[in-house]
Order: sequence, then C-alpha cells, then structure tokens
Amino acid sequence: MSAPLTTVHDVPRIGLHDVPRTMLDKLWDAHEVLRRDDGTSLLWVDRHLVHEGSHHGFAKLQARGMQVAEPSLTFGVVDHYAPTRAGEMARDVRHMIDTLVRNAAATGIRLFDLRDPGQGIVHVIGPEQGLTLPGLLINCGDSHTSTHGAFGALAFGVGATEVAHILATQTVWQKRPKTMRIVFDGALSPGVTAKDMALHWISRLGTGGAQGFAVEYAGPAVDALSMEGRMTLCNLSIEGGARLGMVAPDEVTFAYVKGRPFAPRDFAVACADWRALGSDAEAVFDREVTFNAAQIAPTVTWGTSPEEALPITGVVPEAAQSTLEYMGLDAGMPLETVKVDQVFIGSCTNGRIEDLRMAAAVLRGRKARVPGLVSPGSAIVKKQAEDEGLAQVFVDAGLEWADAGCSMCVGMNGDLVEAGKRCASSTNRNFKGRQGRGARTHLMSPAMVAAAAVEGRLADVRPLLEGRL
Amino acid sequence: MSGWSQIKGRAVALDARNVDTDQLIPARFMSQPRDQGYGGFLLHDVRSDDAGHVLNRYAPQVLITRENFGSGSSREAAVYALVDFGIKAVFAPSFGDIFSSNAVNNGLLPARLTEAEIDALIDTLGGDDAAAFVDLEKGEAEIAGTKLRFSIDPVWQQKLINGWDDIDMTAQYAAQITEFRGKRLAAHPWAMPTTD
Repeated sequence: MSAPLTTVHDVPRIGLHDVPRTMLDKLWDAHEVLRRDDGTSLLWVDRHLVHEGSHHGFAKLQARGMQVAEPSLTFGVVDHYAPTRAGEMARDVRHMIDTLVRNAAATGIRLFDLRDPGQGIVHVIGPEQGLTLPGLLINCGDSHTSTHGAFGALAFGVGATEVAHILATQTVWQKRPKTMRIVFDGALSPGVTAKDMALHWISRLGTGGAQGFAVEYAGPAVDALSMEGRMTLCNLSIEGGARLGMVAPDEVTFAYVKGRPFAPRDFAVACADWRALGSDAEAVFDREVTFNAAQIAPTVTWGTSPEEALPITGVVPEAAQSTLEYMGLDAGMPLETVKVDQVFIGSCTNGRIEDLRMAAAVLRGRKARVPGLVSPGSAIVKKQAEDEGLAQVFVDAGLEWADAGCSMCVGMNGDLVEAGKRCASSTNRNFKGRQGRGARTHLMSPAMVAAAAVEGRLADVRPLLEGRL
Repeated sequence: MSGWSQIKGRAVALDARNVDTDQLIPARFMSQPRDQGYGGFLLHDVRSDDAGHVLNRYAPQVLITRENFGSGSSREAAVYALVDFGIKAVFAPSFGDIFSSNAVNNGLLPARLTEAEIDALIDTLGGDDAAAFVDLEKGEAEIAGTKLRFSIDPVWQQKLINGWDDIDMTAQYAAQITEFRGKRLAAHPWAMPTTD
C-alpha cells in the first residue's frame, strides 16, 4: 500500500493573511497539520469525546494492536445507554456500559461513568466541564457534535472508522467544507426559542439545505441567545445537512467558560486568542441566508423529517400518504387539535438548565393531562434543577423526574415510546422509529412540550406564558 | 479493506427520500457485535412491515434511491448493514455527509446521479431487479440497460479503488503530527485541558 499523493502544501498560519477570513477558515488553518495535493487536510484534534457507541472504534484499534495516542485529550462518558430510571438494567445495556468502562480503563481515558457527579450527555457535559472551549477542534462519534460549535469551536461528528483513526493518531482527514452564514435579524418574540429558530430554518431550506457546508449562525437574534440557546441552534445543524454549526465567541461565551473544571486558568491569555476567532467583517461566504427572528412562531414538526415543521398555528399539509399514515394525521387538520399521548423533555438538544426553567415556567401550578418523562442533560443539571425547585414543579405537574442520559431521544436504554403513541418531544429527530418502533414524534421546544403536557394536545405556549416570563 | 474497480451484479430501486440511518439500522441492534453480520438489520422495521419489500425479494449489489440518503445519525452501523447485506454501491442525488465518509471507509460507493436520472431509473426498475455494471475507474455505470456517468469525489474514488486505509496512510506523517502538536500547545497552552 502507498499513499496517494505525497507532496504536502505549506500550510499558512494565522497572522500571515491579507485576505479576510471566515471563522471556519481561521479554525481550519489553526488545525491543519498538512494538506495533500488532492485537497484533503489532516487536522489536529484537541478533544476526542467517546461514549458507549464508540465500541466499534476501540475494537478496530485493538484489532491492529494500537494504543490511544493521546489519552489526556480523550474523554469518555456513559450517555447513550445510561439508565434513567431505577430497576434492573437490560443485559445488552449493561454490556455496552461495561465495554466502555473496560476500554477507558485499559487505555487510560478519563471516564465520566454512571456514578460520576459530572456524568451526563456528552454534548451537555463537554461545555459544562470546560472541556469545550473556543478555538478547539472537537470530534465525537455522534452527529450532534456540532453542538460544541456554539463556543466558536470546529466540532463535528465522525463515524467509527474515523473514531479509530483519531484514537490512533489524534488527527482526522477532512476536506474543507463550503461556508454558509445563516443570519437571524431582529429579535425573538416571548415564548419563541433557539429550537424554533432551528426548526424554522430547516423547514425553509430542507434537511439537505446545508449539505456540504459549515454553517455560521450570526445576527442580533443569535448574539442575544444564551450559551444554552446557541448550543441548541448549533446542535440541530446536522438536521439541516451541515456537519458543522458555529457561533463566534463573545463575552457571553467567556462568562460561561470561566471557572469550569477543565477551563484554562490563565483565562485572559486564552480570551485574547479567542477574540480573534470571529469572521472578519469583509469575509465572503459561499452562501448567505437571512431570516427575520421576529417572524418566527413557536414551531412543531408534523411529519417524519425535521424539515416537516410549521408554526403551531398551521394545519397539517398535503404530504406523502405514507408519512401521514405513519403519523396518524390527515391533511387539513389544525396542528392545535392533534392530541398527544405523552411528552418528553431532555436530550443533547434541549436538556440544559435553561430548557428546564422554561418548561417549569409553563408547568408551575398546573397539571399535565398526559404522562411524561423529564430527563436532565447531566447530573449537574439535575442537581441544579432540584436546588432551584424545578424538579418539584415537574413532579407536582405529574411528570416523572429521571436521571441524566440520552434517554427517550434515541431509546437505546429502553426509554421508548410505544407503537402508535404520539409524543411531544424536545429532541432532535422525528424519524420513523426513532423513539421506538411505530412511535409518532413531534419535535418542539421544551416550553412547547410543557404546553402540550398541560393541554393534552399540540398547543401554542404563548398564552400559557403570559405573566410568567 | 480491499479495493475494487468494477461491480457486475443486480440493482433494485428504493423509492424513498431522506432514508435516514435510524431507518437503515434501528438503534436497538447497535449493541450487537459485528462478527455476526449486520445484513439482517438493514431497514429492519421497514422490511418486516412489508413482506413484499424489494429487499425481501432480491439480494442486489446496487441500490438506486432518492435524495439525502443516509442522513441523520453518524452510526457507521448503517453502512455495516448495507455492506453485510451485499450492497457495494448506492446511487442517489445526494447523501448525508457523515454517511458518505463512513461508506467510503467501508468500501461502499456513494455515487451521485441527477434527480432526472434517478427518476428514470426508478421508473424503469419499478419493483423488479435488473442487471447492473459499475466501472469505478471510468465513473460509468450501466443499469437496466441505461448507460450513465456518475459523480464521485476523486479522493474517494481513489480510496475505494485502492482500498486505502487512513490509519496506514497517516503513519507516514507521524513526524509532522508530533511537530504540529508541539507547536500548537506551545503557542496556545489553553488548548490543553487543565488538570489540578
């Protein structure tokens, strides 16, 4: 076997540029070890996050008799199969968790296991622990790795073969994607959130709308988002086809990062570097799209693809018969008349403290008409929600308060929606069978899930929030 | 992984858009070890709900399908399911980005045709199978008697033909990686996680 093209381009470094650069350019240049003649770059990986699903990657490494190149830059967490409720663990769940524990111990990786106070969903705990920082390249064998781009990081999901490559070399081969800027002008209305912004752009551009692009989110409505909101927005990039989503770091970012366990102690020096990361004013994007945030309404999905989303005031549109049949809907039905059987609040998309606060603001002093599960994004979020009295609000409303994990977003741990049941869910995918075989998923913000719980149907959260925000 | 340059086999049409990786392999099968084969998991729920499904009637090497094939979850198991079922090439107008990389890393060709070409092929094939010939080096195929030129990233084309393995390829750059690491961490000490 021989390599394809051995000439390596001189890679220009920061400081030598006259041409205005996008944030993607800056991040890419800062991580490019070399570039082959065919245009493929070898990129340095600053953080590699692994979970139970990374077992194929570890197996590939072991089959070659190789070691983990940089255990101190690799972090593991139990999330996909993490049990969220008391009871006996299923055998395959136990096996998946044990395999990760064994792999982490054998390779010297810091693992956030089920007993760790820092355990939680990988895309929640990375930022929470200060492992996620502006300017880093972050990989994980999970498509929602784009979440970490909210900090101004180059963060993207990879498959098992790439996981093995990163474990072995701490680098990844990639072609530079095209650049796309999605601008949100104006300001969001009360009760409208980052989740609605994401579902809105995906419904307009389609699930393949950003394929081949790295998306940078910008504009006043993005600047106004908390880090939690920016993470939600970047998290859903992949549902619009983009492997990467990012937001330029600013004071909101720095305030979030400061003092976190793994964050730099020499913070001023780091911030000075990070302030230079944003796209230059004159930088040109391959594609640019603008939305008016003020025109975005609380949005829900009605179909089996994230692009099949509409304002809650809408009606079920004409669509493929197979989709309507799967979802148990008829064209022309007002979305607000669609009854739900259960609700779920949680996931890497919307399992953070701000999400729980919004849902609790709707539920406080009210009862849910349908059963539901609330799974915080991490053990730390769980503790905080309990300290703030949010957990009690959920319990008083009749919902089940559970432990942290991917839970009912993907159902690997057994938290499933039964066939034919309809779930209002704060998660990221309404694919057929995603929450369980035959399950009918409607994606929406945590506040909208809370509204659905209170009304027992898809409902507009805005009237329920009056006087509560 | 061994490379390949031609396929002679059979093709079928999967007439669906946005076939995501959750459909290609439902999550509950992903805890299974690979050595038992993932072919039985391919489109498991779709196939078990539809006895007449085209993949219950044929064992093709080539799949013709609609846009955004393999979107969603990064699970490489979706590619394992296709490969273990015997599929060597998928033709579609577009693919999920992570799926495409995973496919090429496992010898599976994600080849792009225009929507019009796909429409015509799906029309011709209907629910039946037909002869298929794929020439990866030339970027040409003949499916159900129709001659076609397909698009594939030239880097991926070479990788598939030669069966290149990235870990082997990267080994020759070990010195450059070490040098880069040293420079990066010296210039940006904050990039190293703080440990007390």
